[in-house]
Amino acid sequence: MASLTLLEARGLVRHFGGLKAVDGVDFDLAEGEIHALIGPNGAGKTTFVSLLSGRTPVQSGTIRFEGRDITRLPAHVRVRQGIAYTFQITQVFANLTVFDNVALAVQGRGASKRLARETRAALDRVGLGDRADDVAGTLSYGHQRLLEIAMGLALNPRLLILDEPTQGLAIGEIEAFKRLIEGLVPERTVLLIEHNMDVVMDLAHRITVLNFGQVLATGTPEAIRANAAVQAAYLGGQA
Amino acid sequence: MTDRALLSHLGLLAVLFAAHWLLPAYHHDAVAKVLVLSVYAMGYNIAFGYTGMLSLGHALFFAAGLYGAAMPLTLWGWTGGTALAAGLVAGTAMAAAVGLLALRTRGVSFMIVTLMFAQAFYLTILYLGRWTRGDEGIVIAQPLRQVAGFDLSNGATRYLAALLLFALALLLCLRLVRAPFGRVMVAMRENEERARMLGYNPFTVKLAALTLSGLYSGAAGAAYALMFGYAGASLAGVQYSILPMLWVLLGGAGTVAGPFLGCLLMFYLIDYASALTSATLLVVGVALVALVLFAPKGALGALRERLGKEGRIWLP
Repeated sequence: MASLTLLEARGLVRHFGGLKAVDGVDFDLAEGEIHALIGPNGAGKTTFVSLLSGRTPVQSGTIRFEGRDITRLPAHVRVRQGIAYTFQITQVFANLTVFDNVALAVQGRGASKRLARETRAALDRVGLGDRADDVAGTLSYGHQRLLEIAMGLALNPRLLILDEPTQGLAIGEIEAFKRLIEGLVPERTVLLIEHNMDVVMDLAHRITVLNFGQVLATGTPEAIRANAAVQAAYLGGQA
Repeated sequence: MTDRALLSHLGLLAVLFAAHWLLPAYHHDAVAKVLVLSVYAMGYNIAFGYTGMLSLGHALFFAAGLYGAAMPLTLWGWTGGTALAAGLVAGTAMAAAVGLLALRTRGVSFMIVTLMFAQAFYLTILYLGRWTRGDEGIVIAQPLRQVAGFDLSNGATRYLAALLLFALALLLCLRLVRAPFGRVMVAMRENEERARMLGYNPFTVKLAALTLSGLYSGAAGAAYALMFGYAGASLAGVQYSILPMLWVLLGGAGTVAGPFLGCLLMFYLIDYASALTSATLLVVGVALVALVLFAPKGALGALRERLGKEGRIWLP
């Protein structure tokens, strides 16, 4: 596996009142890997990636990305530095066309001359090339999820964070999604929160399990499957 | 492929140019005034219709342009051209300054803060009555209303000058909303958080849009002073913040030509209603209720929606 560290988090803390959503997490992301983040509901997965993407401010701890300290950078600057985030609840611009949705992601990195071409390329990549002129809100839910991923890809990120990308997809769509994600590495790095264990076990090179805001275990899918503490907390096995 | 959006808007300009010879005197003057006020409405539309900033204080920017032109002209003897430029700068600078503070808020708070700034400016105008002449207003004498040798107090010249300003504003707006930056403005209106996660700083995008909106408003205010020879506190009051919103809503928020259409419709609605009754505001109110019920996207907004994909091509 890749050896360079793309992102490194140390001692991340985020509490909401008495709720310790993220409570002292150390986390490393290797360049070019597909890393899955799993854990029971309320384990702090979404809060944790919100800290990485900058949507939620960190209370204490540090985040380094490609060696630079990004802990205090606002979210839009982190996007420009190569951290793309796709939303758990699909948030495409429903009243804009599919083309405009993706063009917004492309043009922000200054590709004005190649805007149309690169936008179409990003759409083709997720299989929405023939829907460019449709209004995004009229697409099926599965297609909107693909559009969301196309927007993330069009940012040309070093790290793509996907928050429950397969939620609500049909079985056939999930297969296509898996092939799409596998094709992204090792040029890019993928961090995904995922509840579908088949997807996690098929795709992930490494898995981190969160529970009550803390890291319960990190390792390969095989190691995680065999881990007694994980089984007790999450997989429902009798440890 | 021909640029159909450009064609439709050039068509509108051609009709207005032809109207210069066809309209009877009364309507000729009325349309000239509508053209100038439409530039103000277009400015409001850039902020509200495209970027989603609901301001209740745009009279501030209009009045900044109005007094920014009228005061140098009458008090300090500037020429018409420089006074016009001064008004334009005043409206732009005022919008940038207000934006720096007001854009820390959003939604209802933004409405209240902008309203507050505009009211403060209105009261300042009354307070400095020695120079601004307060409620009574500044009447600009006919010899002062010259720009580059053209006498803007002359009806025919005024119409063509108003049309020129309107044409520039319309084509610039058309260019803007179809440019990449226009797309970002709409993204802010539709979903600010999503736009932020595509790498756009909402504050700077909205500040730029508001400043541009101030440029339009200031240009309209300055042109109003020179063309109609009057700058008064009533033009800085709250009703002049509400009016552009009504024009934009009536014509279609987020359409390039909508503000003009709304302004024209509203003008003639009041004009005809006043021939029948003194309760013209009641007629306006009924029209607005009907609008909200039957065409909440305004005249052009409804038309664009009905035309579907074709509508988006012809009416950006």
